[in-house]
Amino acid sequence: MTAAGATVSTGITRPSTRRSYPTAWWGMAVLIMTEAMVFAILLAAYFFLRAASKEWPLGGIEVPKLKLAVPFSFVLWGSSIPIFWAEAGIRKGNVARLKAGVLLSFLMGAAFLAYTLYDFDELHFGWRDNAYGSIYYTIVGLHALHVFVGLAVNVVVQLKAWLGRYDRGRYASAEVFFLYWHFVDVVWLAVFPALFLSSHLR
Amino acid sequence: MAVTEHPAPPPVEEPELLELWEDAPGLPGFLSTVDHKRIGLRYIYTCFFFFFAAGLMALVMRGQLARPNSTVLGPQVYNELFTMHGVTMIFLFNTPVLAGFGNYLIPLQLGTRDMAFPRLNAFSYWIFLLGGIFMYSSFLVGKVPDGGWFGYTPLVSRTFSPGLNIDFWGLGIVFTGLSTTVGSINFIVTIFKLRAPGMTLNRMPIFVWSMLVFSFMAIFAVPAVTLATGLNELDRLFGTSFFLPALGGSVLLYQHLFWFWGHPEVYILFVPATGMISQIIPTFSHRALSGYLWVAGALVTVGFISFGVWVHHMFATGLPPVAMAFFSGASLIITIPSGVQFFAWIATMWKGTVKLTTAMLFAIGFLLIFLLGGITGVMVAVLPFDWQVTDSYFVVAHFHYVLNGAVVFPIFGAIYYWMPKMTGRMLSERLGKLSFWVMFVGFNITFFPMHILGFLGMPRRIYTYDNGLGWGGLNAMVSIGSAIFGLGTAITLFNWAWSRRRGAAAGADPWDADSLEWATSSPPPHYNFAAIPLVASRHPLWDQRPLPYAESGEEPETGGLGPGGAVKRETPVTSGIDTRPEGNLEIPHETYLPFIVAVGLAAMFVGLLIKGAVVGVAGIGLAVVGAVWWAWRTEEDLAPSERTPG
Repeated sequence: MTAAGATVSTGITRPSTRRSYPTAWWGMAVLIMTEAMVFAILLAAYFFLRAASKEWPLGGIEVPKLKLAVPFSFVLWGSSIPIFWAEAGIRKGNVARLKAGVLLSFLMGAAFLAYTLYDFDELHFGWRDNAYGSIYYTIVGLHALHVFVGLAVNVVVQLKAWLGRYDRGRYASAEVFFLYWHFVDVVWLAVFPALFLSSHLR
Repeated sequence: MAVTEHPAPPPVEEPELLELWEDAPGLPGFLSTVDHKRIGLRYIYTCFFFFFAAGLMALVMRGQLARPNSTVLGPQVYNELFTMHGVTMIFLFNTPVLAGFGNYLIPLQLGTRDMAFPRLNAFSYWIFLLGGIFMYSSFLVGKVPDGGWFGYTPLVSRTFSPGLNIDFWGLGIVFTGLSTTVGSINFIVTIFKLRAPGMTLNRMPIFVWSMLVFSFMAIFAVPAVTLATGLNELDRLFGTSFFLPALGGSVLLYQHLFWFWGHPEVYILFVPATGMISQIIPTFSHRALSGYLWVAGALVTVGFISFGVWVHHMFATGLPPVAMAFFSGASLIITIPSGVQFFAWIATMWKGTVKLTTAMLFAIGFLLIFLLGGITGVMVAVLPFDWQVTDSYFVVAHFHYVLNGAVVFPIFGAIYYWMPKMTGRMLSERLGKLSFWVMFVGFNITFFPMHILGFLGMPRRIYTYDNGLGWGGLNAMVSIGSAIFGLGTAITLFNWAWSRRRGAAAGADPWDADSLEWATSSPPPHYNFAAIPLVASRHPLWDQRPLPYAESGEEPETGGLGPGGAVKRETPVTSGIDTRPEGNLEIPHETYLPFIVAVGLAAMFVGLLIKGAVVGVAGIGLAVVGAVWWAWRTEEDLAPSERTPG
């Protein structure tokens, strides 16, 4: 026991002057850590399987095509830009900018998801064929699922914006969605080079 | 400007506040509560149900092994019992019971009114409960998991284990893993954003530190086990080939994934157990913990190093020697932070005045058992030694010393230490001490001879053995010891039941302890604190007498701190580092949403299990509807924290 009678400085109850995020935003940040780990482990598994096999892709499967993959990847990455713009807008209370930015981002994300599904349809192998097929479909499919969930939440955010439930200082769920959407884009920054580009390096 | 403080404790009974925070009575309140104390206690009770179930399985197994060539159990039932014993102890007792203590204690120790996400908190409990029921329902249909708790491929592949048994296990692990993940997110945000003003990081109780490390480790480790068992389920249910070598898959990949979680998991369990010890020992030594910063640093260091040791579970798989040397080295280095904690506890007792309460006895018993478990841990970290004893009873002895001795003993200590806070009634010290001694003696009679059995060559997981091998005497001793150990735990169960009716009233602070949970009544009111305490010391109840409480200030940020402006279902949010008030977090009212979403997810897992698309899709639909409704309400439930534009 140290000396009794430690005094409380009144300073500790003075309000913080820094800009703060809602607790839900921090919750999403931690959720993203664990989600990032899911993708990191899947990519590690991809390279583990690749290192253990003589040929890659296995069983004479052709390497992923880049013709559509590259432009649509840029569409996905670009969809973060309207989100930044929307966020800066709602911070000043501009709900119109929020609506426009989130809608634009929805269209770009939906285009990417449509591309992914089209690409799955075009592939000449299934996920039961061999381990390459299993890991390829699992990683790309899991990312597509994240895009889909992002688009669903995007719709909820748009509905809330149109119904006037957001204003300056009252947009916690939108802010949480913004962070999630950026994550969906950033994951593709890791998945795309690993699955699409690295197979072209021989 | 700044708020004023009033030194007298605020009145405990505030009828208006109480009305605002109380749950609805009966079943509706039971299903919809978001009170962290109810949820925490529920976690603890559910976990102890599973603990006694796993204990009974162990006793039945010991009945079989007591004599050579015994026929109490056949090999299939024996496989099922050792699998479910391990699964229960790891996934349904040790991990969630620590989360349960965390749930109950952390908001109290931080001086706040609830967790950061009370609805998620209820959700993580329901997921855990339904996950447990999911796995245990395998007993009802006679398809009990039988592949061992870590279920190696290819044994657990569809080819070699075609039944539903493995699916109960694999899907159940993915399901309960969600609970751990969600709970950990909640702990991290609560610890960073809801600390009472003045409780800087270096004034947090060590138990809070340990739960912070627990949570971060879980966040990074649980995805690995989810993927290991999840990808195996994809192989089994949908015909993929991650772990099928004939199609380019790898069985070693499964082991890497499993143990990348599996070894941190050992420390995920051990770190909060040591956190409990670091609260109990100082209280009953009447002295601050020696080397607080060293102990906190050791917890964080253990968290990091534990991610670099997983391959020591795979020393016998024929990996390259360089890799094995690295992992052997890391496994040895982890003894350093563990040693730091050990010496801090000894120094605390040495320089203090020790009072041998039941909780303290469990803490000291833990030290002895952990010492032995730690030493055998160093032994198996050494490659040539590990090759000799791997998959023998020596390993069984080692991990029971660390997981049963060094985790279950602290948990029993914590029961004796904190139950009076939770129920308001003291447990009997006489029965408690009896329980400790019976458990301690029984534990060592059970598990010490297993080391020798390992040296004599007895492999783990055999359901019987021949007469002439010379294992009979020691096995009989082990079985007698396990009965004694079981009796010891039953005494504590009886003690708990007895104290609920006859125990002496505990009062707010029966142990003269230092942390904030002892500042409020036992059991605490629904709102925990009518006014938020102000912290200026690592030991507020020792150094700040009387404890100062905040009063509500004029600004919106400080309006919820104290009585007066605080008759709301809110708790203050503070900045993560310097704990300045940032605003108020509205604590959501009771809601069925967490229960609904959890039931939806459970239906999804049942759908996967029985390959019933309708059930699965209906489950997903229910979960999605619940989740959207939940998201829809965010603005209603999370009041705006007034912000300064940035």
